[in-house]
Amino acid sequence: MSKADLVAAILWTGVTLYAVFGGADFGGGMWDLLAGQSERGERARWLIDRSIAPVWEANHVWLIFVLVVLWTAFPTVFSAIMTTLYIPLALAALGIVLRGAGFAFRHALPGPVRRPATRVFGISSVLTPFFLGTVVGAVASGEVPADGGGDPTASWTGILPLLTGLIFVALAAYVAGVFLVRDADAAGDEDLHRYFLQRSLVMAVIGGAAAVAGIFALQEHARYVYDGLTSWPGIFLVIGSGICGLVALVLLVTGRSLNWVMRPAAVGAVVTVIWGYFAAAFPYMLPTDVTISDAAAVSDILTVVIVVFGAAAVLVIPSLILLYVLSQRQALE
Amino acid sequence: MAAMEAALLAPIADAGSNLLAARYQMAFTLGFHIILACFGVAFPAIMLIAEYRGRKHGDEDALRLARRWSKAVAVLFAVGAVSGTVLSFEFGLLWPGMMDRFGDAFGIAFAIEGLFFFLEAIFIAIYIYGWNRLPGWAHFWSGVPIVISGIGGALSVIAANAWMNTPAGFTLGPDGRVEDVEIVDVLFNTSTFHEFVHMWVAAYLVAGFLVASIYAVKLLRGDRSHYNRLGFLIPFTVAAIFSPIQVIVGDFVARDIYEDQPVKFAAMECVYETGPDQTEYIGGICTDGKVKGGIGIPGLDSLLAGFSTDTVVEGLNDVPEDLQPPSPTLIHLSFDAMVGIGTLLALLAVWFAISWWRKRDIPENPWFLRIAAASGVLSVLALEAGWIVTEVGRQPWIVSGYMKVEEAVTDAQGIWWVFALTMLIYLSLAVITGYVLRGLGQRPDEEAPAGDIPYAPRPGEETR
Repeated sequence: MSKADLVAAILWTGVTLYAVFGGADFGGGMWDLLAGQSERGERARWLIDRSIAPVWEANHVWLIFVLVVLWTAFPTVFSAIMTTLYIPLALAALGIVLRGAGFAFRHALPGPVRRPATRVFGISSVLTPFFLGTVVGAVASGEVPADGGGDPTASWTGILPLLTGLIFVALAAYVAGVFLVRDADAAGDEDLHRYFLQRSLVMAVIGGAAAVAGIFALQEHARYVYDGLTSWPGIFLVIGSGICGLVALVLLVTGRSLNWVMRPAAVGAVVTVIWGYFAAAFPYMLPTDVTISDAAAVSDILTVVIVVFGAAAVLVIPSLILLYVLSQRQALE
Repeated sequence: MAAMEAALLAPIADAGSNLLAARYQMAFTLGFHIILACFGVAFPAIMLIAEYRGRKHGDEDALRLARRWSKAVAVLFAVGAVSGTVLSFEFGLLWPGMMDRFGDAFGIAFAIEGLFFFLEAIFIAIYIYGWNRLPGWAHFWSGVPIVISGIGGALSVIAANAWMNTPAGFTLGPDGRVEDVEIVDVLFNTSTFHEFVHMWVAAYLVAGFLVASIYAVKLLRGDRSHYNRLGFLIPFTVAAIFSPIQVIVGDFVARDIYEDQPVKFAAMECVYETGPDQTEYIGGICTDGKVKGGIGIPGLDSLLAGFSTDTVVEGLNDVPEDLQPPSPTLIHLSFDAMVGIGTLLALLAVWFAISWWRKRDIPENPWFLRIAAASGVLSVLALEAGWIVTEVGRQPWIVSGYMKVEEAVTDAQGIWWVFALTMLIYLSLAVITGYVLRGLGQRPDEEAPAGDIPYAPRPGEETR
């Protein structure tokens, strides 16, 4: 494994953490949007709030981490993506502003203006992961030329990018739903437990179906990635994802409250898909134009990125655990 | 009518104006974010001073202030986090040319900044969330990492900006790409230290004066409660300590710019002809190779730059036209505004210090509080003016001496529309933020339900 590969793996670790934790926050926003005005919906909204509020900003930093590592360690790829996919990226940035502002403001505003802020928070929670998904789908299908400047619309409006956007949305809602089941248990709310259990199940089915459709779309539009996913070691991760997904599905259907199995299974189903892509696209950053080693910055820069990541592991991860523990302990009170 | 329409639409139609649109967009979003960044860096320290006082001396009002301020910190940090994320996107969306060639050297400081931002986000949440969960002093200490990450984060971001002004620590290969990077020289280039100190102190001035100015208004209206006095005294004292220091720091910065960025210095002082014995102009418009209007003090510019009227100052006429900053008048007047406001605020601090030394109280003259009430807005104006000097003064370069902004800008169309939309959203954000903060600033006994703030404990969980 070269130094560049290691940095690419670090980048992908950031992507994974953002997808799981940032994704769960977006998913919470989607459930908030769908919660409606009923008393039950308001209680669901209250639970969502309680789960997201202390952690969403810290979770959001993983996106900054991904952007920074990408432009520092792989500057040409960063610029190629930015000059091709600027429309979905600008829309994602817009969604990020509206999501954060909507969430922060809805707490602090008086009643009448609170509802529009909540609506903004919900809608942008759907749009942001969707557009980020189209970006990933466009990269996977080779729509980003090595020198950038690809087609600004056709590049991300094909079937695979749109489907990837949909998968991102469904998986975010799914992971959030499973997390909220546990939070409902912790809050001792039987009714919300069922509420999120049913909804997670629906999303598991939608997400699973979209993922299967995604595999067919890959076969058509991203042959290299498809071949990687259907051969060792990609296939191993795809099977792992399937097993995790099924375990979580069985628990959801039977309504068993095995949070210590369900949560890891749901997260595992997502993480294995993300790393399955990494393994399948390897050694490419932009399949099949630019490899990781082609795109990597000079060695000294890569070293600094590795050192910073090491420092982050030592400083940030214990702090994050402290935050999660404190916020979870509150839920137990 | 048609002519007017044509004039209005011309910039949108003209592809060459992409650069202008991108520069406006960047200037506007950065100019917005920089205010929030100041709060992120300095407000937590002011809040911790209040908490320290509250715990050490059992001052309930100080604790109430700390709690109230922490809610404002939460709102401002949330808005700052999203406006900062927008900037990360903009580097690539607006300036792909720079990121393509220099993303590695320019970007490395941001990798370090990301680390500090992370810690800041985590500990702000722990601090705000922990008001009722962490025992007394443990809660105070959970806020200390916020202040430290504020320093580290500011240093990293400033290092990246300083590198654009005085790039160092790399060589270019035959293909024009960065080779042989010396990380330490990239991060600690000649501008890093002075830009950082100047900006870090500025953050304390902006946060200190702005918070103090809110309580100055309340004091002026006659509410002289202990709570309001403390709400004024804590942030104002912080700003008052830093403002004379900033005058001295600024003087050093100006001499460093004279040394390292002579063209920027020439624009700041509106110098056209290279030579000794340069006149220092206060105000005035730089046009046709000379200063129109303004008050000239013969020899002072040379004296300030090198402690002698014999000091030679380079003039704009020695710089090829296409390498001159686009608007020396803007840079010159911004510089004067920053220096003028900075001096005024330093004098205000001295006034306060004398009064405090003599009778342990705020000066009785109502003009003191009136100026203090304006000090917040004034310090923001000085901040923006200083930022204009740094950034417009660097033009036409994006990486000084290596790459011009026009080489870095994107080809993507429609940036004027994006800019218009951004203005709309950011102005709404500003209005709503102001509204929310106003709500927080209502009378102390009308505690807003605690659940109304990001991360705050829910109603009923409040244990006071």
